[in-house]
Amino acid sequence: MTVDTMAAIRQTFFQECEEQLSEMELGLLSMDEGNTDSETVNAVFRAVHSIKGGAGAFKLTALVQFAHTFETALDYVRSGKLHPSADVMKAMLRAADVLADLVAASRDGKEIDESSYAGVAADVKALTTVEGEEEVEEVIEFQPTVIDFGLPDMAPEPTAAPVHEYRVGFTPRPELYLNGNETVLIVRELSRLGNAEVSCDASAVPGLDTIDPNGAYLSWNIKLSSEAPIEAVREVFEFVDGEAEISIEADGQSEVSDAAIAALLAQALGNASAGEPETAVTETNSEDHPQSAPAPTEVIASETAAVSPQATEAKAVAVQTQTTIRVEFDRVDRLINLVGELVINQAMLSQRVIEANFAGSSSVIIGLEELEQLTREIQESVMAIRAQPVKPLFQRMSRIVRELADTTGKQVRLKTDGEATEVDKTVVERLAEPLTHMIRNAVDHGIESPEERIAAGKSPEGNVRLSAAHRSGRIVIEISDDGAGINRPKVRASAIKKGLISPDAQLSDSDIDNLLFLPGFSTAATISNISGRGVGMDVVKRSILALGGRISISSRPGQGSTFSMSLPLTLAVLDGMAVSVAGQTLVVPLTAIVETLKPKKGEIHGIGADSRVMAIRNTFVPLIDVGTQMGFRDTPADPERSVAILVETGGGARNALLVDSIQDQRQVVIKSLEANYGTVAGIAAATILGDGRVALILDVDALVSGSLEEQIGGDVHYGTGG
Amino acid sequence: MMQTILTVDDSRTMRDMLKMALAEAGFNVVQAVDGVHGLEVLQTSMPDVIVTDINMPKMDGFGLIEAVRKDSRYRRVPILVLTTESDAAKKARAKEAGATGWIVKPFEPTKLIAAIRRVAA
Repeated sequence: MTVDTMAAIRQTFFQECEEQLSEMELGLLSMDEGNTDSETVNAVFRAVHSIKGGAGAFKLTALVQFAHTFETALDYVRSGKLHPSADVMKAMLRAADVLADLVAASRDGKEIDESSYAGVAADVKALTTVEGEEEVEEVIEFQPTVIDFGLPDMAPEPTAAPVHEYRVGFTPRPELYLNGNETVLIVRELSRLGNAEVSCDASAVPGLDTIDPNGAYLSWNIKLSSEAPIEAVREVFEFVDGEAEISIEADGQSEVSDAAIAALLAQALGNASAGEPETAVTETNSEDHPQSAPAPTEVIASETAAVSPQATEAKAVAVQTQTTIRVEFDRVDRLINLVGELVINQAMLSQRVIEANFAGSSSVIIGLEELEQLTREIQESVMAIRAQPVKPLFQRMSRIVRELADTTGKQVRLKTDGEATEVDKTVVERLAEPLTHMIRNAVDHGIESPEERIAAGKSPEGNVRLSAAHRSGRIVIEISDDGAGINRPKVRASAIKKGLISPDAQLSDSDIDNLLFLPGFSTAATISNISGRGVGMDVVKRSILALGGRISISSRPGQGSTFSMSLPLTLAVLDGMAVSVAGQTLVVPLTAIVETLKPKKGEIHGIGADSRVMAIRNTFVPLIDVGTQMGFRDTPADPERSVAILVETGGGARNALLVDSIQDQRQVVIKSLEANYGTVAGIAAATILGDGRVALILDVDALVSGSLEEQIGGDVHYGTGG
Repeated sequence: MMQTILTVDDSRTMRDMLKMALAEAGFNVVQAVDGVHGLEVLQTSMPDVIVTDINMPKMDGFGLIEAVRKDSRYRRVPILVLTTESDAAKKARAKEAGATGWIVKPFEPTKLIAAIRRVAA
C-alpha cells in the first residue's frame, strides 16, 4: 500500500473519529439525562471502541491506552456492573473531553502531556476497581503493529535454521466443518511449512446407507519436516482448536492437550519472534524442501470444497451500498461557482428574450421558464451539498458549559434543540466563536450561583437553551437562559460612565439592552477570566453581521435573557436591493436595510460644509451621499429627487444612504473581488446582472465608517438610533 | 478466479484498511456497514469468505454469524471475526455462533491474508 493510500485512510480515520466523538457525546449526554437503555450505552461503547481500533492501527498509543480505560468503564455500565450515577457520568463526560483532546492532538501530530489528563484517567479507572479488590495492573493485549502493505510473502525466509521433524495427528469433529473450516486447507497450509507426508485414515467412514452428511469420519496423520518452530505448526490449527483432536509431536517429544496448546499459543504470541523452540533438536537435515501439496488432499477437495462461487455476475450487482461519499471541498466550491455562472447566464438569457418581445405563449418563453425553474433547483441542490447540521457546533457548546460550570461553581444544564438544522459550512464555522462567547456570557453573567437561585425561588440548577430552526429562508439560532436577566440600571450607569450615552438620555428597555452591543462595553463588575477577555458583544454582533445576519436581545429581570440570531443559509447568494447611483447599479444587502424613505423638503439639514443629516421621526441620522462617497460624481445629489435608505450597521448606529432610485429587490450571486482587486473600501463583492453588467455590492459598515471618519475625524460616536 | 470477500464493519477506517489490504492481495471486496446490511448484501453477492466485526449497530457480528449459518446457502462459508483484543471469551462466543476463525485487530495485512487463505478454498 502506498504512502498516499495510508494517508487517505488516516484522514478517513480522523474524520470518522469526529463522527464517533459526536456520537459518543450525544449518547453520554443522553445517559446523563437518565436514558441508560442498552442501545444508548452500546452506541457510546461502540464509538469509543471504534476510535481505539483505528488508533491501534496508526500506533497512537496514548489514544489507545486512554480509550481502553474509558471503554472498560463503559463496558462495566453496559454489563450492569457499574451504575451510571451522576458522579459516574461526570467522570465519563470528562473522559469524553480528554478523548476528544487526544484525538485532536493525534491528528495534529502533537503530544499531550500525560499528566494533564492523568487525574481523569485515574478517576475513570477507579470506576472499574471494585472496592476491596486488588487493582490489577491492566495489560492491554494490544500491540500496535506497523502496517507494511508490501505484498505478503507467505513462505518463511530461508535461513539456516535447524529442521524439525513433526508428527501431527488431526481428527476433525463435525463442528469443524459446520463452522466453515476445511481440513484440506489446514493440511495444505501445514504442507507450506515444509516437506509434508500426508496420510488419510478413512477407516471410520461408514457405509453409504448410514453415512451422516454432517458427520466427520476422516483423520489425518502428517509427517512434516520443517524449519518452522512448533508455534507455527500450532498456529495452523489455531482456528480449529476445540473442534478436532490434535496432537503434535516435535522431534520425538509429544504434547497433546488442546488446552495446553491454547496456553502455549498465548505464550507464543509473546515470544514468537524469539523463534527458538523449547524442544531439543536432535536431527539436522540440510536438504531443500520444495513446497508440494500432497496428492491425497486434492481428491477430497472436490467433495468438501466450500460453496462454489457462482458470484461472477453477482459481483457487478454487489456495489458497495454507502449512504455518503466524501468529496473534496474544492470540487464543491467549483461546482457552486459554475452554478453561479449558470444562474447569471440564465438571467441574461431571460433579459434578452424579454427584450426580443416574444409572445408569452411562445415555446421560447415556456422553455425559458422551465430553464429558470431547473436552474433554481440545481442551485438549491448544490447549496445543500455545502449545508451541514449545526449538531457538532452545538456539541462543542455543551463541553464549554460543562467546563464553565466547573470553574464557576454554578450548576448549569445545557439543552439543545434543532441540532439537525442545516446551514452552510462556512456559516457553521464562523458561528463557533460568537456562539462560544454568548454561551460563556450566559453561564458567566446570566446564570446565578446556586445560592442566589435558591434565594430567588428557582431550582439551584440553571438552564441554558440553545436552539436552531429554519424560518422563512433563514436560520434562527437562539440562546436563552433562565438567569437573572440584564441588570438594566447597571448597564445604563455603565454606559453613562463610559460616555456612550448622555446622563439624561431617554432610553427604552430594549435600547438599554442593545447598549451591550456597543464597542468596549462590559458589564461584569469584576472582569472574570471567562467572558471578560476584551472581546465584547460588539465583536459578536460584528461577526454575525459579517455573515449577513442580525442579532437581537430580549430580557426579563429575574427570568433570564434570550439572544436571537437570524442568519442566511448560504454565503454564495445574497438578498439585495438594486439601486441606481449616477448611472451605476449597486446592490445594498437587504439585511442592513431598515426602511426606505423619500426625503421631503425640510428634513435634510446641513452640518458644517459637507455633512448633512436627515430628520427621521424626531431623530437625526447622518446622510451619506453614496454617489460622492464612492467617487461617482463630485456634487452631492439633490435629496428631494433621491431616495434615502435607512441602514443599520454593526455598532447599532443608523445612517441614511442617499441613492438616485431603487430598481428592485433580487437575489444575487456573490463574486469575490478580492482575488483580483484586493479589498476595496466600501465594496463587499460584486455580482453580474441579468444584462451582463457588473454591479458592486456595498459594504454598508465600511461605507458608513468611512463617511463618518471623513466627517468627524475618526471619532466615531454611536447614537442610540431612532 | 478472483475470490470475493465480504467485509462487515461499521468503521469506515477499518473498511478502507481491509479493502486496501485485500484488494492488494488480489481479492474482490464487497462491503457492508453492519450485520443487517451484511445480510442484505448476501442476497446479491456470494462471497468466498466473510470477515466481520463484532461490535456493530443494528446487528452485531454474533447475530450476523448465526443468521448466516441458518441460511442453507451460506452454511459452509468461512467467517472470520475481527476482534480488537485477543479476547478468549469473545472468540469462544464467536465459535459458538459458528465462526470459522478470527483476526486480531489491528491486523497485519500479511496475517489477514494468511488467515483468509487458511479458510478460503
